[in-house]
Amino acid sequence: MAKVNPDFIKKVTASKQFNASECMNCGVCGAVCPMEIELLPRKLFRYALLGLEDKVLEHTPVIYQCLLCKMCEANCTADVHIAENVRFLRTYISKKVYQL
Amino acid sequence: MPLPTGPVIGIMMDNLKKRKSVFPISGRKAVKWSQKLEIPVGGETVLYTGSMYQLLPYMIAAVNRMGKMEDSFLGQYVGLGRFFNKMFNVSSIMFRPKRADHKRFRRIIRDIARLLQQAGVDFGYLYKKELYAGALAFDLGVDETFVAHAQRLSNLFKAQGVRSLITIDPHTTNVLRSVYPTIIDGFDIEVKSYLEVLAENDTLRPINKVEGEITIHDSCVYARYEDVVEQPRQLLRRAGYTVKEPKNNRNLTHCCGGPIESLFPSMAHQIGGKRVQQLKDAQGKGVATMCPICMATLQQAANGDLEIDDIASFLAKAFCPPGANDKSAEEKRSQP
Repeated sequence: MAKVNPDFIKKVTASKQFNASECMNCGVCGAVCPMEIELLPRKLFRYALLGLEDKVLEHTPVIYQCLLCKMCEANCTADVHIAENVRFLRTYISKKVYQL
Repeated sequence: MPLPTGPVIGIMMDNLKKRKSVFPISGRKAVKWSQKLEIPVGGETVLYTGSMYQLLPYMIAAVNRMGKMEDSFLGQYVGLGRFFNKMFNVSSIMFRPKRADHKRFRRIIRDIARLLQQAGVDFGYLYKKELYAGALAFDLGVDETFVAHAQRLSNLFKAQGVRSLITIDPHTTNVLRSVYPTIIDGFDIEVKSYLEVLAENDTLRPINKVEGEITIHDSCVYARYEDVVEQPRQLLRRAGYTVKEPKNNRNLTHCCGGPIESLFPSMAHQIGGKRVQQLKDAQGKGVATMCPICMATLQQAANGDLEIDDIASFLAKAFCPPGANDKSAEEKRSQP
């Protein structure tokens, strides 16, 4: 069962970097991704916005598999800063999980 | 099985904190490319290598070693490696670059410096004081380490009176130009890639005849982060080449896979393979890259089937006096 972490929601919504709420869920990002990562960003960013920290952390390898190449951003119709959002999640994991 | 992400990132970040670079490199090796070029020390405008080209031989050695560890029982001991790496420099023992790799990346930086000299650009070099710019720490989201390192570098620029930087790779260009001003108060140093500097320069004219069709591989970071798209094309045409475009080009270029090579070597290799096919399909005589990571990843994926070299080397053939900096036989043999 999904568990909501209110602190995680606070961190995500307080961040000026994380603008995934602009996403219209059109799916272009997944279609053009050279890594064919379907999960990123649509589902993963939704998990983050909903405060489902466990779900986000479960997908840690995928978060680091992103090339940050911005092919998705170049095709995004909603101007979501996808690479910066991925970097935001990495920063969170670096601190929370890896203690870096 | 992929390598454990946390300990691999941890090793690189420990190195950056403790040894000022993700892969430790000696000052002597980092500046060796500049021998006999008589570049002045320091100055208001400096050529800033950020050690990216110099670090590539270490990255290649690391990726080869880690690629073998991916599916081996040794992968589970990376955490132990991090523990010891804090005390002594394990990465320098584990990842031993080939001498020929050092030579080929040094040759490219020399070509870049020679092109700038040929164009009459006035620049200095910080030699052993120069530091890595921290791009990998930023990309991996290790912000505290990145910001501390960026502050250290910003202080160095201030102390040296640097007002303008000429960068030589897209990752260093991006962090210095677009990220540092957002995290360092008052960071107002002008940052330009050497490709932009040369494209703006009217005095650089070919002195040797070159011809042939060269396929261009745009770097994601230059094209989509920094809008450096036309300059490399202009320079190749001015040199005398015909520019061939692959299926994905300009701001829709296809990544080489390199950015994830340190964590997921096999996946990076697959992405590189896809891009190599697009570059082959463009049917140029050679492929010009403008990022050392792209060059290394694509050469590895092409496995000798395609002539891939840095754009600086193609340009130097046209714009610089021949002979002194040609590829050595050893380097030609070692190229994948």
